[in-house]
Amino acid sequence: MPPETWLPLFEWFENTSVGTAVRNSLWIFPVVEGIHLIGLGLLGGAILVVDLRLLGVGLKRQVPAELIRHTQPWLIGAIVLLAVTGITLFLSEAVKCYYNTSFWVKITTLPIAIIFTFTVRKWLLQRLIVDTSWQTRLLGVLSLALWFTVAAGGRWIGYS
Amino acid sequence: MKGLLEWLESTPWSIALLESLWVWPLVESAHVLTLTIFFGTVVMNDLRLLGWTMKSVPVSEVTKRLLPWTRAGFVVMVITGAVIFYSNPVRYYHNIFFRFKMLLLIVAGLNAFVFHRGIHRKVAQWGKDLVLPREARIAGAVSLIVWVTIIMAGRLIAYNWFDCDIQPQPGFVNWAAGCLTGAN
Repeated sequence: MPPETWLPLFEWFENTSVGTAVRNSLWIFPVVEGIHLIGLGLLGGAILVVDLRLLGVGLKRQVPAELIRHTQPWLIGAIVLLAVTGITLFLSEAVKCYYNTSFWVKITTLPIAIIFTFTVRKWLLQRLIVDTSWQTRLLGVLSLALWFTVAAGGRWIGYS
Repeated sequence: MKGLLEWLESTPWSIALLESLWVWPLVESAHVLTLTIFFGTVVMNDLRLLGWTMKSVPVSEVTKRLLPWTRAGFVVMVITGAVIFYSNPVRYYHNIFFRFKMLLLIVAGLNAFVFHRGIHRKVAQWGKDLVLPREARIAGAVSLIVWVTIIMAGRLIAYNWFDCDIQPQPGFVNWAAGCLTGAN
């Protein structure tokens, strides 16, 4: 749980014009949630194509660097879409999120997942790795585990 | 149909499922998270057909390597989806978003069927072309649009805006939801 002194900030988030507008509408929250889910699927695709390759399954005849280059714009697009819709959803129920453990699990693993993914991919882009090794497998597993935690934490915000 | 669904709803497992504190949310979460595998691989395949990603990778290779994951994801989606339906069959049966989603699933299935039975048979010939045949691009675009709409419809099933017990509703809503209103 975050420090008590953060609560006023979250109350302020909830009272922003966006937060209030979403709360006062019957439709906006569900529709934005739907777009957030579509973004999740797109993110899943962009992540999986590379991570499956790192695990030695999927598109295993391709060089990881090539797949990273191809999927990068979609990965960034998905993250932007998820961030915009996610912040919108958050603003409408910021105080609930403040008290929600799943929210904190998600919001702390998210930057780790993003930094990890872009660092690993930058590193892979600089090397011509063709073979699957225990190192590439480890990177794939870590990436999938991190993103799974982010997504599962996000889904669980609604249940707790 | 109604009788069968009412019987399903009265079975002990259906009641237990709906009232469960953990099982229902876990099944629902599995349904949502498997979206990343199923829809994720579908999207990448469709984007390849449209020529918007992985242009240097032959279509046949993208399809061959991703399709097993699409299939596995689909199986999990259907099983978890069926379990969720079983937890509250009558309600879902009369939910217009659920009905719309089922219709779109048929459209998505037909699109995939026509694609695989048609132009995809010659994939070896056009697989490396920079611009793919029109039919292939159309199949990719249709799939993308239909699946995105299915996700939105699926998300909206959770809302009871048009449920039969929320009245009055416009006539076409009650018709689409198959509601028996007071007038009947």
